[in-house]
Amino acid sequence: MHGLSTFEPKSGAVKWLEARLPILSFMHGSFVAYPTPKNLNYWWTFGAILSFMLIAQIVTGVVLAMHYTPDSTLAFSSVEKIMRDVNWGWMLRYAHGNGASMFFFAVYIHMFRGIYYGSYKAPREVLWILGVIIFLLMMATGFMGYVLPWGQMSFWGATVITNLFSAVPWVGDDITVWLWGGYSVDNPTLNRFYALHYLLPFVIVAVVALHVWALHVCGQNNPDGVEIQDVEKDCVPFTPHATMKDAFGIACFLLLYCWFIFYIPNYLGDADNYIQANPMKTPPHIVPEWYFLPYYAILRAIPNKLFGVIAMFSSIALLAFLPWLDTSKVRSAKYRPTFKIFFWLFVVCGVGLGYLGAMPADGGYVLAARILTLAYFAFFLVVLPMLGLREQTLPVPATIADAVLAKSGSASSVAAGAASAPQTKG
Amino acid sequence: MAGLIFRRAPPEESGQARNVNTFAGSRRSEPPAPQGSVRAEPIGDEHLATATTVEPTRRDFLYIATGAVAAVGAAAVVWPLISQMSPDASTLALASTEVDIGAIPEGQIVTIKWRGKPVFIRHRTAQEIASAEKTDWETLPDPQPDSARVQKPQWLIVVGVCTHLGCIPLGHAGEYDGWFCPCHGSVYDTSGRIRKGPAPRNLLVPGYAFLTDTKVKIG
Amino acid sequence: MALTKKLGFAAAAMFGAVAFSTIALRAAEEGGHAEQPNPDRQSWSFSGPFGTYDQAQLQRGFKIYKEVCSNCHGLNIPFRTLSQPGGPSFTEEQVKTLAATYTVHDGPNLAGDMFDRPGRPSDYFPQPFPNPEAAAAALGAPPPDMSLLAKARKYERGFPAFVFDALPIPGGMYQELGPDYIYGILNGYTKADDPNWNLIFPGHKIAMGKPLEAGQVEYTDGTPTTLPQYAKDVSSFLYWAAEPTLDQRKRVGARVMLFLIVLATLLFYTKKKVWSDVVH
Repeated sequence: MHGLSTFEPKSGAVKWLEARLPILSFMHGSFVAYPTPKNLNYWWTFGAILSFMLIAQIVTGVVLAMHYTPDSTLAFSSVEKIMRDVNWGWMLRYAHGNGASMFFFAVYIHMFRGIYYGSYKAPREVLWILGVIIFLLMMATGFMGYVLPWGQMSFWGATVITNLFSAVPWVGDDITVWLWGGYSVDNPTLNRFYALHYLLPFVIVAVVALHVWALHVCGQNNPDGVEIQDVEKDCVPFTPHATMKDAFGIACFLLLYCWFIFYIPNYLGDADNYIQANPMKTPPHIVPEWYFLPYYAILRAIPNKLFGVIAMFSSIALLAFLPWLDTSKVRSAKYRPTFKIFFWLFVVCGVGLGYLGAMPADGGYVLAARILTLAYFAFFLVVLPMLGLREQTLPVPATIADAVLAKSGSASSVAAGAASAPQTKG
Repeated sequence: MAGLIFRRAPPEESGQARNVNTFAGSRRSEPPAPQGSVRAEPIGDEHLATATTVEPTRRDFLYIATGAVAAVGAAAVVWPLISQMSPDASTLALASTEVDIGAIPEGQIVTIKWRGKPVFIRHRTAQEIASAEKTDWETLPDPQPDSARVQKPQWLIVVGVCTHLGCIPLGHAGEYDGWFCPCHGSVYDTSGRIRKGPAPRNLLVPGYAFLTDTKVKIG
Repeated sequence: MALTKKLGFAAAAMFGAVAFSTIALRAAEEGGHAEQPNPDRQSWSFSGPFGTYDQAQLQRGFKIYKEVCSNCHGLNIPFRTLSQPGGPSFTEEQVKTLAATYTVHDGPNLAGDMFDRPGRPSDYFPQPFPNPEAAAAALGAPPPDMSLLAKARKYERGFPAFVFDALPIPGGMYQELGPDYIYGILNGYTKADDPNWNLIFPGHKIAMGKPLEAGQVEYTDGTPTTLPQYAKDVSSFLYWAAEPTLDQRKRVGARVMLFLIVLATLLFYTKKKVWSDVVH
C-alpha cells in the first residue's frame, strides 16, 4: 500500500545510494507518495501530533539530562538549578513536564478516535495492539519520570504504586524489595528509574516504527470505515495533502501546549511536589498526575488490594482484546447510531473516573467510583459484544469516493454513487 | 526487496499502480504547476474554477511565506537548546575569584583553584626576578619578555597547567628553579616560560587585577 | 457547512462561553465552606498574561523577610539573584555589601580547618538552623524553607472553578494560589487570645505564632506599614523567590503565542490551497 515505484532518482549520487540502501525511495514511498484516504478528518492528525510530541519529549529530556543529578540528596536541588541558573532551563523543564501531559492528552484522543471509527478492527488488530503496547510504555515512562524531581508527590506516588506489587501472592514482597533495591523507595530506586526513564522512550520509538509499518501495510482507516478500493479515486498522496494538514494540526496543538508552558505551567502539577521528598511525612492527599487518575480510581474502587491491582491492570489489558470483543460488522460509529450513544457514555465514564481519582476515597465518591468502574468494564465485556449482534446500523457507502461525493453531493450536480443513500449528518 | 516488507499490489491492479505513479508523481513537492494537475475523475465545477484561475505568484507567495515563518520558528526552537549548554549562572558567578595575597611570604608559591584549575601565585624573590628579566627572551621557544607576563614584578600569577598535555608542574624545580613537569620533562623558568621539553607555550597568564596591594581578583 | 457559518457558530460559542464563564466564575468563587474557608483572591501585579513583578514591592518584601522571617525560615537562593533583572534588582554593589553582612562557613583552609568568612554574592543565604531537627528542637516544628514556599502551597478550588482557572478569561490563568494562601495565613490570626489559631490554615492549629504586626518593619518609600501591606509585599517577594523567571516567561510567551497564531494561519491557508482541487 505505497507508491514505491514512483520514486525516480535524478542524480548519480542518489542512484548510487539507492543501489546500496534504498532509503530515499523508501521514505518517498512511505511519506510522500503514500496513498491517504481523501475523507480523513482532523482527528487523524493526532498521529503526527504524537510523533512530534515524542521527539519533543526526547529532545527536552536529553538536554535536561545534561543538568540533572539522579541522587536522592541532589535531585531536587539539581531541578531547582535547572529552573534558576541554566540558560532557558525554566522553559525546558516546563516544556518537558507539560509535554508529558500533552503527550497523554493527544494519545487519549488518538485512542478514542480509534474506538469511535473502529480502527482496531480487522485487518488492523496488530496495529491496535502495538498501540496498546506503546500506551503501556508511555505510562511506565511517565510514572518513572515523575519520580525524578524527588518531591513529596514523586516519592509518595512511587511508594504507593511500587507497594502494589506486594499484592502478588507469595512472591509479592520479594518483588517489591527487588524493585526498590532496598526496603523502601530510596536512592537505588531513583537511580534505576532514571536509567529506565532514559531508555524507554527509545523503545517507544522502535514500537512506533512497527506501529507505522503495520499501518502502512493496510493503509489508514477513515471516518466512513470503508477500505480503499481505488487508489486514484479514494486517495491523495500523503505529501503535500496529509503533510500540510498535519502541520496545521500540530500548529494548533502547539498553541495549547505553549499556553501551558508560558502561562499556566504549574496548573496540571501538584504543589506538594515543590516540597523535597520527606519519607517521614505523608502528604494529606496522594494524587497521581491527571492522566493516571481514571486507573487510580479503578484501583481504589475495589476494596481488596490484590483485586484492585488486577482490576487496574486489566482495565488497560482489556484494550488489547477490543478487536475481538466488538462483534459489529460495521466499522465506523458514523453508521452505528446506538454504538455512538454508548461511546459517548464511555467517554463520560472515563472523565468521571478521572475526577473521582482526584477525590479522597470516602463518602459518596466510593460508590460513584464503583459504579463507574462497573460501567467501564461493562462497555468492553457486555456492550461491545452484544451491540454488534443486535444493533441497527445505517447503510455504509460502498467506497470512500462515494462517501466524499455524498458529502459534497448536496452542492454538486453530480449524482451520488448508486450504493450510497443520502447520509444523516454525523 | 521492498515486496518482502510491503504487500505488493496483485498483477491485475498493476495498471492502477502505474496510475499511482502519475497520480503521485504530479503531486511531488516541486514548485507547483500553475494549473491543476492530472485528475483521475471529473469534479464539481466550482472546484475546477478555483484550481485553474489562481495565479502562480499568489500561491507561491503563500508557500514561501509559510516556509519562511516555519524556518524562523525552527531557529527559535533550536536556539535555547544550544544556549542551555553554555555555562549557567552559578558557573558564571564563580568565573572570578578574589585572593588575599598579603600572607604569602617571599619565595613561596601558593596554589589556588580558579575555574576548576590550579593557579600558581608566586611571591618572587629579587634573585628570581633578576633571572627572569635578564634572559635573552627572543631566543626562547615561546618568546615573551618578563615584563609582558607580570603587572608587579614580585607577583607572578600563572595557570598551573602544563601547556604540553595538561599535567600540573612542580614548583621550585628544574634547571631554572621555576617549574618542572614530571609527565614529560618540560622545564619552565621563574617567569613561567618554557625553556626545555615538549611544551609548546609558556604557562598561561590569566586576566587579573590588583584590587589593593594585598588583594588580587583573578578572572 | 460553509466556512463562514462554522466561524459564526464558533464565535457565538466563544462569546457564550466567556459570558457563562464570567458569571459561573463568580459563583464558583464561593469555594471552601464555613469551617475551613478558602483564602480570598488578591490582585497581584504579576498575575495575568502581561503581569510583571513590581521591583519596589519585591524590595520591601525582601526587607520583611530579612528582618522578620529569616530568624526562623531559610531561603535557599544565592545572593546574586537579588541583582538579576526581573526581581528586586538591587545593584551588584548592594548585593556584595549585603552578602558580606552574612557569615558563611567554608573550608578546609590550607591548615585543614573549617572557618567562617563573610558571604559573597555567589553564596546562598545561610540557613538559620543547621538541620530540621535542630529547628524543631528550638521551635517545636521545623519552619519550611521559603525558596519554593509560594509554589508549594495551594487550596482546593473545587468544580467548576478549577476548569475556569485554566482558561484565557478574566479571572482565569490562575497561578497565584500560593501567594493568596500566604496572604490569607498572615492575615488569618483572628483570635486575639489564641496565637496559634489561624482562619486559613487547614485544621486551624498552626505551629507558627503571629509573625507580623503593623508597624513592625520600616518602609523607606512611604508605603503604609499596615499588616495587609506587609502580607502583600512579602507574598510577592516569596513568589519571586519561587518563580524568578516569571517576567521573562510571560514576555517570551506573548511572542510565542503571536508567532504560533501567524504560523497556524499560514498553514491553514496553505492546507486549503493544497487541497483546493480535491473533492473532500
